[in-house]
Amino acid sequence: MAIKVVMEALSPTMEEGRLVKWHKQEGDEVAKGDVLAEVETDKAIMELVARGSGVLRKQLLPEGGTTAVGTPVAVIAARDENIDALLSDVQGAAAPPSQVVAETREEAGANAIPETPPQSQGEASTPPQQKTPSRAAAPPSGAPPRSPEPSRGAPQAPSPAERGGGNGGGRLRSSPLARRLASEQGLDLARVSGSGPGGRIVKRDIQAALESGVAAAPARRAPAAPAAGGPEFEDIPLTQIRKTIARRLAESIGPIPTFYLTAEFDVERMAEMRAAMVELGDEYRVSVNDILLKAVATALARHPEVNAHWLGDRIRQHHRVHVGMAVAIPQGLITPVIFDADRKGLLEISAEARALAARARERKLTPEEYTGATFSVSNLGMLQIEQFTAIINPPEVGILAVGAMEPTPIVAADGSVAVRRRLRVTMSCDHRAVDGATGARFLQTLRRMIENPLLLVS
Amino acid sequence: MATYDVIFLGGGPAGYVGAIRCAQLGLSTAVVEREGLGGTCVLWGCIPAKALLESAALAQRIRHAADFGVTTGEVTTDYGVAMKRSRAVSQQNSKGVEFLFKKHKITYIKGTGTLAGGKKVSVATAAGATETHDARKGVVVSTGSRVRGLPQVGLEIDKRTVISSDEALVLEKAPSSMAIVGAGAVGCEFADVFNAFGTSVTLIEVLPTILPLEDAEVAAELTRSFKKRKIDVLTGARIQSAKVKKNGVTLGLTAGNEKKELQVDVVLVAAGRAPNVEGIGLEKAGVQLTERGFIKVDERLQTSAPGIYAIGDVAGPPMLAHKGSREGVVLAEHLAGQSHVHPVNYGNIPNATYCHPEVASIGLTEQQCKEKKLEYKVGKFPFSANGRARTAGETEGFVKIIRDTKYGEILGAHIIGPHATELIHELAVARENEFTVEEVDLAIHAHPTLAEAVAEATLDSLGRVLHI
Repeated sequence: MAIKVVMEALSPTMEEGRLVKWHKQEGDEVAKGDVLAEVETDKAIMELVARGSGVLRKQLLPEGGTTAVGTPVAVIAARDENIDALLSDVQGAAAPPSQVVAETREEAGANAIPETPPQSQGEASTPPQQKTPSRAAAPPSGAPPRSPEPSRGAPQAPSPAERGGGNGGGRLRSSPLARRLASEQGLDLARVSGSGPGGRIVKRDIQAALESGVAAAPARRAPAAPAAGGPEFEDIPLTQIRKTIARRLAESIGPIPTFYLTAEFDVERMAEMRAAMVELGDEYRVSVNDILLKAVATALARHPEVNAHWLGDRIRQHHRVHVGMAVAIPQGLITPVIFDADRKGLLEISAEARALAARARERKLTPEEYTGATFSVSNLGMLQIEQFTAIINPPEVGILAVGAMEPTPIVAADGSVAVRRRLRVTMSCDHRAVDGATGARFLQTLRRMIENPLLLVS
Repeated sequence: MATYDVIFLGGGPAGYVGAIRCAQLGLSTAVVEREGLGGTCVLWGCIPAKALLESAALAQRIRHAADFGVTTGEVTTDYGVAMKRSRAVSQQNSKGVEFLFKKHKITYIKGTGTLAGGKKVSVATAAGATETHDARKGVVVSTGSRVRGLPQVGLEIDKRTVISSDEALVLEKAPSSMAIVGAGAVGCEFADVFNAFGTSVTLIEVLPTILPLEDAEVAAELTRSFKKRKIDVLTGARIQSAKVKKNGVTLGLTAGNEKKELQVDVVLVAAGRAPNVEGIGLEKAGVQLTERGFIKVDERLQTSAPGIYAIGDVAGPPMLAHKGSREGVVLAEHLAGQSHVHPVNYGNIPNATYCHPEVASIGLTEQQCKEKKLEYKVGKFPFSANGRARTAGETEGFVKIIRDTKYGEILGAHIIGPHATELIHELAVARENEFTVEEVDLAIHAHPTLAEAVAEATLDSLGRVLHI
């Protein structure tokens, strides 16, 4: 049975994809789950996976070619199967995506990134001879295909338009209990991302969505909220003075009125701690940057005014700490995120940072791995930069630029001179949200952490 | 010295299932086991005990054969024969696990393993040698638990007149009288077995009800049934003294204001199990324990020592084979680097007790719902109103469903009656998938079946029960 392979929405914002490399050539045997090709999305290179088995009969897009999400890029069929009808079908029906595609988009669409790739594609393929009448019966292009019957108890189904893209069809996977909770609470299921098997929406997703107001973060990357189950952030309405400060400063310096705070920390103890950990064995080897990430996360948890987003008409103080770490890659820069970094141990942060950096360099990061930071850290210390300023990644309101650890002569109170290892950090602050003293207090907390690294285990 | 991806210490239901899942995921895997594959479950617990319970059930049934128009002679029982059959079943199961290891190319190292620093394991082999093996990804402690006595009341297990379930499983004949101390699942099951084999059984529980973890109504129903079968049930009973002699034990008890002296041939101590945390080098490896003496693990089943993991009984209650097995599967998937591992759902683990009538449950008891101040409704359906139960002549017990008032979420389900331990899984699936009571009712149940009682109980919780 022939299967059309379409360009899939591999990231929430992806509208088109560039085919980087075919992994299977025409005539190759293909098993379900095999990687067919590498596709470049807006930020990462992702794998396009076969949803069915057979022989790759036809590649419809050359390497380097770009096409919209939903457009057929290949045909998988039995070796001797006649695919002429299917080929003329897909080549004729250029832009309007078929129902097969619609289902894929629906499941992978705006908010709902499925945990596992959508399964619908292969199932929906029908032999060409059956295809024609069913297509003839389909509504004219542009109109959404008929939805399968909604399951009992589902809330009034959200209109396809609300689900993004006007290509309804398929069904939203959700548990009966989740549907009841959603309908009682007047929550639109299409705006909730599912964390159950195959992206199924379950009770905890509804609870999380209700707590956060909207279903925002993709569930896969967002670990369950703390048991206490408080909201994940608090919106602070702008006072008049805040509005005036924001407007005046923005007029003066550009859309983000930034100021910079530099501090020099004594890192002698931190260096000793790190050396002591290295001696314990490779499992305990952490980098200076890992310790900094941990310290920043701990300090952020105590300074919600810095762990915030500027949203134009309000400031969103986050209750969870997601630290972005800038990673240089040959193509530029990407900032993968360590989620809930304040609740993770140093070794966990170290392992995660290492893995994220490696995946970033291989361009294997998924979109949910590099979005959602509440604050960022950029470190050029390893390149012997003593001090620099980093540019804020909006809507975040701050970023910390970390320089190199340098032995520095220090004059003590009694006038004696000693050489200590010191480290300079510069924090860029969005003055619309953060005032000088606010940023300085954050750096004070950070200094205490860095200069007394044992506090990090408290 | 050999290197594997993962080494398990202990081949019980946690370790051996974890090892199979590791092997399925392409990890090279070894299991160190000092006794036999299958662990307590296969050798000294679930499997042999259920084999004996089957003998007990058959004896009880044949005693009522005349009612069904089947004439038998006088029914006599022989515990020794039942025991030998039970051992044979146990051995078959253990051999079955060995076969599974061969099929999955898992290395079975016979001997006693200890942690030897980092991800190394040292094994004193059955042959008397010492070898050291190395794990690339992790060492998994799955050493399980063991029976324990009650030395604080003078009931140290001496394996003659004071025994544990281990000895009860290999008795040559049923004693003429027995006190069972502890009326949890193990105590209730042995009370059932020895009662059927003609022993005069006294079941002693310090808490106010037998099966204290189960719903109170279920416990009360089982107490009624046990008393009907002449099992003496003493709850809220404290042992004040124990005189252990060569051919019997005298127990001094207080129950409420009453004092009682009890003379029995054998005392079976069934008051819990202790985790096997000794002699495996945990302290040296930096593996911390909880206050209750289990190994402390995080949600990824990692201990406080990097690269060392713990699953099953040794990693904390509930001490159930199926809980350990699931932990093994989940851990294997973490170790293999799978990205979407579904964590163990500790809130949805079924409990099963195989005495007669059987008892099974999942989720919250009614007491717990009250403590949590949940708004709930209860639905109940007795097996006496179920056609299939009547045909079998097994009309004791009921199905009890507790649902959330507003949303119909199934908060808890409790079954006492024929095949309760099988029936509970409809509700395990329902809860795992977040079906409400309405979905359970909407699924058409065949007639006549015991499962209809489940559907009727859900209907009763909605105020729409049909057959009572």
